[in-house]
Amino acid sequence: MIVLENTPSAVLVLAVGVLCGAGVYLLLERPLTRVLLGFILLSNGVNLMLLVAGGRAGASPIVGNAGDEPMSDPLAQAMTLTAIVITLGLSAFILALAYRSWQLHGHDEVADDVEDRRVARQAALNAPAYEDADAAETGESLDEEAATVHDEVAGDDAGTEAGR
Amino acid sequence: MIPAAWGPETLVPLPVLVPLFAAGLTLALHRYANVQRTISVVALVAATAASVGLVFAADGGPVVVDVGGWAAPVGIALVADRLAALMLTVSGVMLLCVLLYSLGQGVPESEAETVDEARVGGAIPVAIFHPTYLVLAAGVSNAFLTGDLFNLYVGFEILLAASAVLLTLGGTAERVRAGSVYLIVALASSVLFLAAIALIYAATGTINMAQLAVRLPEIDDTVRVALQLLLLLAFGIKAAVFPLSFWLPDSYPTAPAPVTAVFAGLLTKVGVYSILRTQTLIFPDSPVVDQILLVVALATMVIGILGAVAQNDVKRLLSFTLVSHIGFMIFGVALASEAGTAAAIFYVVHHISVQTALFLVVGLVEWRGGSTSLDRLGGLAKLAPLLAVLFFVPALNLAGIPPLSGFLGKVGLLTEGVRDGTPLAWALVIGSVVTSLLTLYAVVKAWNKAFWQTAPAEVPEHAPMPRSMVWPAAALVTFGVSLTVVAGPLYGYADRSAATTMDGYTYIEAVYPGGSDRGTGQSVDVTDAQTDGSDGGDG
Repeated sequence: MIVLENTPSAVLVLAVGVLCGAGVYLLLERPLTRVLLGFILLSNGVNLMLLVAGGRAGASPIVGNAGDEPMSDPLAQAMTLTAIVITLGLSAFILALAYRSWQLHGHDEVADDVEDRRVARQAALNAPAYEDADAAETGESLDEEAATVHDEVAGDDAGTEAGR
Repeated sequence: MIPAAWGPETLVPLPVLVPLFAAGLTLALHRYANVQRTISVVALVAATAASVGLVFAADGGPVVVDVGGWAAPVGIALVADRLAALMLTVSGVMLLCVLLYSLGQGVPESEAETVDEARVGGAIPVAIFHPTYLVLAAGVSNAFLTGDLFNLYVGFEILLAASAVLLTLGGTAERVRAGSVYLIVALASSVLFLAAIALIYAATGTINMAQLAVRLPEIDDTVRVALQLLLLLAFGIKAAVFPLSFWLPDSYPTAPAPVTAVFAGLLTKVGVYSILRTQTLIFPDSPVVDQILLVVALATMVIGILGAVAQNDVKRLLSFTLVSHIGFMIFGVALASEAGTAAAIFYVVHHISVQTALFLVVGLVEWRGGSTSLDRLGGLAKLAPLLAVLFFVPALNLAGIPPLSGFLGKVGLLTEGVRDGTPLAWALVIGSVVTSLLTLYAVVKAWNKAFWQTAPAEVPEHAPMPRSMVWPAAALVTFGVSLTVVAGPLYGYADRSAATTMDGYTYIEAVYPGGSDRGTGQSVDVTDAQTDGSDGGDG
């Protein structure tokens, strides 16, 4: 039985690391287009990792083509190909979401959940009245901030309805 | 490859193929709404019937199909063992009820007079809804049936893509926001899962679950635990386990009622199923990880239900109870005993039916009362007495009031927890009881406010609830109650499922006979002719 050289090349491992790191950084941003870029980078990093997991490249994995040489692992390639197709489809969907968000709001930032804000505001009302750390920094308390967000989203809704 | 004879093997791919084929058909026929509806119903009835057949077939041992004639470990195997068949059947019944409910509700959004009316009714653009819904069904079935880790990933992606479309139907501002959050979190989990697959492949040279079960015990302990935790992280996001559950109550409540119902009933359970499968089959004997899972289960229960208590919107309240009760299932899995697993399986079955029924009924409440906010609802008991009963029964079932099925599942879990007897298990037992009480408090508060208190505002004069929406909801509530009636045989079946999943041997022998002896990657028919012994899984 031929034992294949399975130690991955350092360059590829480094590339996986850089792609994943940059991807995660972008994924944590607010605008959907950046999230999309992050998702693409991250997926490419992971796809590369799948290829690396398949071991060193050899002859093309077609029976009768390779002779005595070791062949590349076709399974890793098949999996990577599938993952690429899936990434493509989901990227298209994120683009559509970003476009719809831009149509509705004029930007593609993911907004906070209104209900979360409302619960936070209630909690702030119930909490003992020591100093509000947010207010100390911005001069605006969480309550006011929540109210603003609420108005904004309500306004957005009204805008859409008028738009139809 | 054409099967030599029609046998139980023929049934195995049907729950995946029939909905997928029907999805294509409904997409092509999107102009004919009635034809679409008929196709969808027929397809789901057929898929459910096949699943019921599998329940009986799998009771004699796992039914395995090598897709495309390539046997494990190279090809993809579809495996219907007792657990998979049971999950398929329950999800099939649920998908069918929700589809019928949505048919009663489905006014195309463009035909509704105002956006507001469409949103209150939760109306759905039917042309897109049916194909997507069927694709979702296919994805869920694929995830339950697969015996291959990468195919599980594909199943996840199928249902993720479908669920993202369903969640953003109509593209209103609120749904786009919720959909974005949901999609980003789900994508992160998928990428993690794919990374885990790549690492597992690098470590073992296979992604077939049966072969993994053979090979993983041979690799280094540290590596194995790292791989296990990475997989659990990916599945934990899908299953909405604390602290990975934050996305769920944010995104689910904005979707149309039937969509929320399906998501609540099924999607998280697919995650739980994956955890159950990997914990029992691929990574048995992992006491450290089981301890972590116990702590996670406790946190999920308690923090989830505390979230529910704070809400005053019924849909959000139910989303939080959903998160909380995922903790019970993880509790059962983490006990890592046959009885614990059996209780977890029973609990999953119970919870799918109950949570879905509750969300469907809340859809009716929204239809009749014009809102889901407890501040605006009231007096519905007089206006719609049937609705009050329909909400009350599954609500009590969720809280675990005897003799309903929730009680039986919880008794199973608590008994096993007490038998386990470690301090952590006792903490879980106490946590379960507290969570049940708080669940009771939360749902009864919701019921009181929506149905009993005098209406704080004028209840809008809607048309009476369409009967075609009421009866599927009623059917599902009845299904939940009937789980009590058939609890004996059902629990017995769950016991036997747990036994096969726990011993692992039956599964491995069925998928991958003789362990590493037969590794040519060709089906039995082919291997009979030529027996060449190179191992296909090694790259």
